[in-house]
Formats: sequence, C-alpha cells, structure tokens
Amino acid sequence: MTLLVVSGLTVRDQAGTVLVEDVSFTVEAGERIGLIGESGSGKSLTALAVAGLLPPGITATGTALIDGVDIIAAPVDMISASEKARTGVRGKIVSTVFQEPLTALDPLMTAGRQIAVPLRRFRGLRGSALRAAVGAALDEVRLTDTDRIAGSYPHQLSGGQRQRVAIAMALACRPRLLIADEPTTALDVTVQAEILDLLDSLVAAHGSALLFITHDLPVAARVARHTHVLRSGRIVESGPIAELITAPVHEYTRTLVAAARRFDAALEGLTRD
Amino acid sequence: MSRRRSVHLAIGLALVGLVVGAVLMSYLWLPFAPDDTSGGRLTAPGGDHLLGTDKLGRDLFTQLLIGGRIALGTALGAVAVGGVLGVGAGLLAGFATRWRDDVAAVTLDILIAFPTLLLAMLIVAGAGASLGTAILAIGLAMAAIVARLTRVLVKQVLTRDYITAARIAGISWPRIVLGHVLPNIGPVVLVNLALQAGLAVLAEASLSYLGLGTPPPNASWGRMLFEAQATVLTAPVAALAPGLALVVLVVGVNLSADGLRDLTDPTRRRSR
Repeated sequence: MTLLVVSGLTVRDQAGTVLVEDVSFTVEAGERIGLIGESGSGKSLTALAVAGLLPPGITATGTALIDGVDIIAAPVDMISASEKARTGVRGKIVSTVFQEPLTALDPLMTAGRQIAVPLRRFRGLRGSALRAAVGAALDEVRLTDTDRIAGSYPHQLSGGQRQRVAIAMALACRPRLLIADEPTTALDVTVQAEILDLLDSLVAAHGSALLFITHDLPVAARVARHTHVLRSGRIVESGPIAELITAPVHEYTRTLVAAARRFDAALEGLTRD
Repeated sequence: MSRRRSVHLAIGLALVGLVVGAVLMSYLWLPFAPDDTSGGRLTAPGGDHLLGTDKLGRDLFTQLLIGGRIALGTALGAVAVGGVLGVGAGLLAGFATRWRDDVAAVTLDILIAFPTLLLAMLIVAGAGASLGTAILAIGLAMAAIVARLTRVLVKQVLTRDYITAARIAGISWPRIVLGHVLPNIGPVVLVNLALQAGLAVLAEASLSYLGLGTPPPNASWGRMLFEAQATVLTAPVAALAPGLALVVLVVGVNLSADGLRDLTDPTRRRSR
C-alpha cells in the first residue's frame, strides 16, 4: 500500500483565505520526496496538514491517507475522539524533525529523557533496556560522549548537537515516514552538510520514507529524489530533482535554479582568481 | 545563578524567616495575653512593654506578633485560592480556541479591571467581615491575574515544536500538560505567585484598615495602623511598628520571588 496519499489538499485560514490549494502527491515506502518553495508558499502547512496537526483556526479539506487512514476526514480539533484515532496511526508511522532544534526540544528535559519518551511509549522499554536504547539512538546520530549528552539540557548543547538529538528522537521508534521541515535551515553551513549526510544515511539504513521540506534547492538536491515545487500554495512543477535542475519548465523553478547557479558561479569566480 | 540574584534570595528568605520565626514563636509564647490591658493606656516603649501599649492598654508587641499570624495566613490562603483557581482557569483558557478563547480573554480582562477592594466589599456585604472573606476576596482577585498569565504562557508553550513532536508521538493531552506544559510555565507562574503573596499581605492590610478584614479584637497590621492613626503624633511607635513589619514581610517576599526565578530555570543554573 502507498504509505502516504495526499489528494486535493486545500488549507484555509479563519477568514477563508486559501493558503494551500489542491495539492496532491504520494509517498511510497522508502521513497524520498522533496517539497521546495519560498517562505509562505505553504510547504510547512502542507506537512502539518498531512500530520493532522494544523494550528487552531486553520482548516484542511481533501484527503491525506497515511497507511490508508484518513488524517483529515474529521474537522481538526485539538481535543476530540477522532484525534485519538489519528494519534494511533500517526505515532507509529510518522515522525518529524523541525527547523529550530532549540524549540523542538523541551528546555526543561534532559536530552536522554526526551528520547526516552517515544521509546517507552511505542517500544515499551523500561529501566536498563530503555537506557541502552537511548544510548544506541544517540550513537546512531554519531554523537560521542553519549552519557554526558543524555544528561544535558538543550541549552547546554550546540545547535548541531541539538539537531542530532532531535533526529535521534524522531528516528528512535523507526518511523516509516520521516517529515523533515527545514531541518538544516537554522544551522551553520558546515553543520548543515553533516546533518544532511546523517539524515541521508539513516533514512537509507532504516528504509524510512522521507518528506523533505526546504526552500534551498542545493539542500534538496542532496537528499530528495522526486520533488514538488510549491508557489503560493500550489504545486507548480514536479519531477525528479535532477530533471528540475537540468531542465526547469516553470518560470519559478527556473528562477530557483538560476539563483543557486549564481552562488556557484560566485564561488568558482573567487577560486579562479 | 547570578551573584546578585542569590544575594536577593538570601536577604529575602532572611526577612521572611524573621517574620515566620516570630509568628511560630507567638504560638508558644506571648509577652502578654492579647486582651490584657493592665499596662495602662499609651505607655511609652521600654520596660515590660517592648513597644509600649495602645490606647486601650494592650501590649503592642503582642499585637504585632498576632498580626503576623494573620498576614502570613492571608498570604498562604490567598496564594492557595489564587494559584489553584488561576492555574486551572488559565490552562482551560490556554487550550480554548476560536470564540471560546475570545470569551475567556475578555472575561479575564474584565475580572482584572474589577477593583479588589470593591470585590472584597461585595463579598463582605454578603458574608460579613472575617479573615476568611478577606482571603477569599484577595484570592479571587489574584486568580484572575494568575489565569491571564497562565493562559498566555500556555498558548506560548503550545506553539513550540516539542509539543507538536509529542502529539505526533501520540502522547495524550493530560501527559503533555503534566510533562511539558506545567513544567515550562511553572517557574514564571511560581515567581508571579510569590510576588502576588506580597501584594496579598498589603491587600489584607488595606482591607483591615478599612474595617473589611479581620474583625476586632484580633489584631491585624492594617487595623493596628488604623487605630494608631489618631495618636500618631503622641505615640508614633504604634504606627511605625506594624508599618515596618509590613515592609519587612513584603520586601522579603518580593526578594525571595526574584531569587526563586533563577533556582527554577535550568538555563540560568550554572551546572546541574
């Protein structure tokens, strides 16, 4: 079965303004899909709608089937019976990595305790088995000195370490779909490359599908395969990322590619001097 | 913890400790019985009567100690009422969406705009003047302020990604509230409650000064101030003593609240 089917997804705010219009795409198991677009293009809202987690007042219509269960069917309310049904599916299948690792981690919980929460809940681990699993999760994201990091509060870690902890938490229960919403935007460029490599290899190792959201074409090119370009809430162009870069059709895609190439050219110009 | 803050906390706790110690002592030993008028009227400080006597001949130091019981009792009672009601209502309002949220916000603003004294008078008119009604009135007024603060804090915490992450992980709302929301709003609410405790002491003094608080013959610092008013030029100590006691307790509570902020915030703790 297709892991995620989104069709005719439309998101409106309280006043009825259309924020995302008739967006459709699918994610097969193990596939890597990119959603690329500028800020305000609706890419993050699409991801939240898919997870059934739109902020209050914002409503979605259309369908988003995760493993066959419709996440949008009932009106999305913060506390409702259908919410309960959704969390059952969502928690076991989907996991997310967010843009800002500082707010993605509870400032009052040590890294180890936060990673332990989903492990305890979904894998039923307790005591020393739980501690070992937390250590393994931190190991997996290539953090050294895992004992110290497990006992640290988020503010005691660097940005890169925090994002690694967030990734460890997201992947701890082996989700079948990982939604990464601008996971490297808040990081230094050198750390960005490391985190992208890490995501790339972990997703491959676990066979998870990846929905990668970014505004940055080179970043998308690094991890995503099939990619959708969003502009003002609509998908304006779709295709394998290599084709989008070599032969962009839509005006906006061309601008994106040209902008990325200008940076490259500037770098090369400098190295030639 | 910053050096200055820890000094605040130490001085604050010392001042509060002084009052608490004196009040605890008052349960074991009082220099005179509260209604003992054998000392003569308006005796000057010194001798048997450390602070002198009031115009009815009662020992002022004894009254000051008993007033301390009332001040501390009001602070604790009002914080209990205001904290429980305020945090509860604030949590509900924080989770409310759409029109319910608007209703909650406007209601809280109206309640806060309602003067505490007027609220107290209404309650006193209905239930009669007593320490209980004073605590209830002050607690209710405090609840509105605490609820508004809690509401804003809850809304802020709910937008954080770790809440979204917890929801995706299928953690239930009660667990999210206990595990993430309350711990994260706790420090700010606690510090606010401590500040409110200081204000509650002052509010009780005001109510008693106006005759809406503790009825005679129980001494409250506010009523002592009122009774000393007529003789303030001939016997200034009778007014100075409860006034100073109020300052010591309120400043102590406020400094403690200030220092408390750091203790509860891990980002300001130097190390674990």
